[in-house]
Amino acid sequence: MKLSIDDLHKAFENRIRLGIMSALAVNESLDFTSLKQFLDVTDGNLASHLKTLEKKDFIAVKKSFIDRKPNTTYHITDAGKKAFEKHLVALEQIIKSQR
Amino acid sequence: MINAEKNNRDYIQDIAEIRSMMERSSKFMSLSGWAGVMAGIYALTGSYIARQVFGFHPDSYFYQPLSLENGFPNLPEVIFTGMGVLFLSVVTALILSRQKAKKRGLSSWNATSKRLLSSISVPLFSGGIFILIVAHIGLVGLMIPLSLIFYGLALFQAGQFTFNDIRYLGLIQIVLGLLSSYFISHSLLLWAIGFGGVHIVYGIVIYLRYER
Repeated sequence: MKLSIDDLHKAFENRIRLGIMSALAVNESLDFTSLKQFLDVTDGNLASHLKTLEKKDFIAVKKSFIDRKPNTTYHITDAGKKAFEKHLVALEQIIKSQR
Repeated sequence: MINAEKNNRDYIQDIAEIRSMMERSSKFMSLSGWAGVMAGIYALTGSYIARQVFGFHPDSYFYQPLSLENGFPNLPEVIFTGMGVLFLSVVTALILSRQKAKKRGLSSWNATSKRLLSSISVPLFSGGIFILIVAHIGLVGLMIPLSLIFYGLALFQAGQFTFNDIRYLGLIQIVLGLLSSYFISHSLLLWAIGFGGVHIVYGIVIYLRYER
């Protein structure tokens, strides 16, 4: 089962990025503040991890205005969903094979 | 390259983290069990007052479409008692859930609590207005069954956004509501069982399962 380790995506090795993907996998979309609350991280830290995931096209950003205030929401892309699911399967496989 | 040294423990931790984040970000888990117990106590007190102090017998005016002014003694008082129970229960739930969220280091006003509130507000508000209209045209006996049914629907809906167990609480309320619409002379008792007894039992269950 050594093969499956290669299926683990490097982008998800980081716990915060893993958290972002998990939250976005079960929510249609989330705004920056909600993500910050769930993950308990600083603005700068969260922004940089979001940027990384965005560059990989795993998540996408939607900018809009609510009461004239800018509101940024994030959602998972199809590519992101696929990669995350693959990562989950790989994690399960590794744990199973090493037991 | 993936760090080959990363051991099994880390992977298990990863999975645990994923699961917890999925739950934390989609469900409001700070709902307080004690709030359920308190709501039950308010409801029992309220139904006792309605029966003993105001002499509320829902069967005595079931299906008698009379105008409010000349039919029902103490009806406004009974309605106010019901609203008082509702008000106290909601305030208690908000305060205790906020405390519980704080204790867990979370904010009580977040994406999950907003979703929970907006999902239950539709059945609750439409039901509430419907009940007032029904009372206004004189079908007083239907107030109790309708309040149980609409509340049950709201809870059933809420199960998607908080503890799953709430769905069963909702189903129980709906069954009690349907029973009380048929056995109208026992409806106040069924209401006391639903809003009082079942709430207390469920509050204790939630407390034992998630708060200890």
